[in-house]
Amino acid sequence: MRDELLRDYLLRLADSPLILAQRLGEWVGHGPVLEEDIAQTNVGLDLLGQSRLWLAYAGEVEARFAGMARGEDDYAFLRNPQEFRNLLLVEQPNGSYADTMARQFLFDAWHLPLLRALAASSDARIAEIAAKGAKEAAYHRDRSSDWVIRLGDGTELSHAKMQKAIDDLWMYTGEMFVPSATELALIDDGIAADTRELAAPWRTHIEAVMAEATLVVPKDAFMQKGGNDGMHTEHLGHLLAEMQILRRSYRGARW
Amino acid sequence: MTIEHASRSFPPSGDTCAVAGMPASRLSIAALWLTVSAIPDPEVPVVSIAELGILRGIEWDAVDPSTLVVTVTPTYSGCPATELIATLIHEALAEAGVTSVRIDTKLAPPWSTDWISPEGARKLRDFGIAPPQSGRTAATTSAIDVAGISPLRGSGAAVQCPRCGSATTELLSQFGSTACKAQYRCLDCLEPFDYFKPL
Repeated sequence: MRDELLRDYLLRLADSPLILAQRLGEWVGHGPVLEEDIAQTNVGLDLLGQSRLWLAYAGEVEARFAGMARGEDDYAFLRNPQEFRNLLLVEQPNGSYADTMARQFLFDAWHLPLLRALAASSDARIAEIAAKGAKEAAYHRDRSSDWVIRLGDGTELSHAKMQKAIDDLWMYTGEMFVPSATELALIDDGIAADTRELAAPWRTHIEAVMAEATLVVPKDAFMQKGGNDGMHTEHLGHLLAEMQILRRSYRGARW
Repeated sequence: MTIEHASRSFPPSGDTCAVAGMPASRLSIAALWLTVSAIPDPEVPVVSIAELGILRGIEWDAVDPSTLVVTVTPTYSGCPATELIATLIHEALAEAGVTSVRIDTKLAPPWSTDWISPEGARKLRDFGIAPPQSGRTAATTSAIDVAGISPLRGSGAAVQCPRCGSATTELLSQFGSTACKAQYRCLDCLEPFDYFKPL
């Protein structure tokens, strides 16, 4: 029972960086300039690497109670949309560069304090994966924040696009701070991070950067939720179709 | 190779077996360290995996003394060179006569650019990559230090151009040809260059 909770929590940690990495990978060959093309995919690579560490651990934990061991690829390529636990935010389409960077900014500002909190987890394996990831996430947050400032405090057009991008994505930020039943059980044991406590540092960073970017922080209104229950937006299925088709078409394919 | 490993070098005094015909399992750790530590990093071949701080230890397995355990740590979680490095270690050791090898990946403590040796840093600079400047990691900037997250507004670290030595350089992108490097441009000699980011 306890290992099942831990497995579920590890998949929750793994899925957001995995799906965001896939989205960033879609920029390969499409970046506005070569440097940005490379930067997007390097951030994606970091996130994919972090996701793999979570998935590998999830597989080991699952083997303890299920007998059979699923590997990273099984989790990534053979689960259906309802089994994914990623934030709704990260599955949203790339859109314009402002949309992509706004999504990254809202995520990074949450991901960094999450990993820093998890670095103090009572589960040693979680703590070491998080401590490593936090160092990388700090660079991600620097970069996406820089882009919000560049576009927000750029031209009239770039300002308008960045403001709209953040306004459009705002309703997906609410669920970032609502722990699931699984998380609540593990928070008490010091294993999971309490996402409610991430709201303040997230907000502080968002407000500071948006002020510098001459942007207006949207007012909190209706918030979408469901990522933690496998209730996703229509975009996840399409993303997974592309991500999973090879492995599902050729069972046991290796590369 | 940590200090305790060094003291386990073989053959011990009094052993009569000749080095040439010695079984692989009895090769000295010191000799094997030389073999493995010389392996070049696949992404930056001018420096070795030891100089980059990726190689963390070599020892014979406590349970199975015929198996050599090589401990490595990845630079970044998603570094694609990690798997290639493991292959290169297997190949180098097979050539040295060690066929039973296990590679342990150790995440904690997390890899830091502080582990790059001074010799490694010099080689990076000679190769055209500015070595990391300690104490300027992204992780050290505070949550509300807006100046710190806006290097394009002139508040970034002054990185010295590895070609002409000028300190008048500008950041082009936080992520360069690999995740571990940023792209800079020298405003004096006008050459672009990679900067190995402090981590």
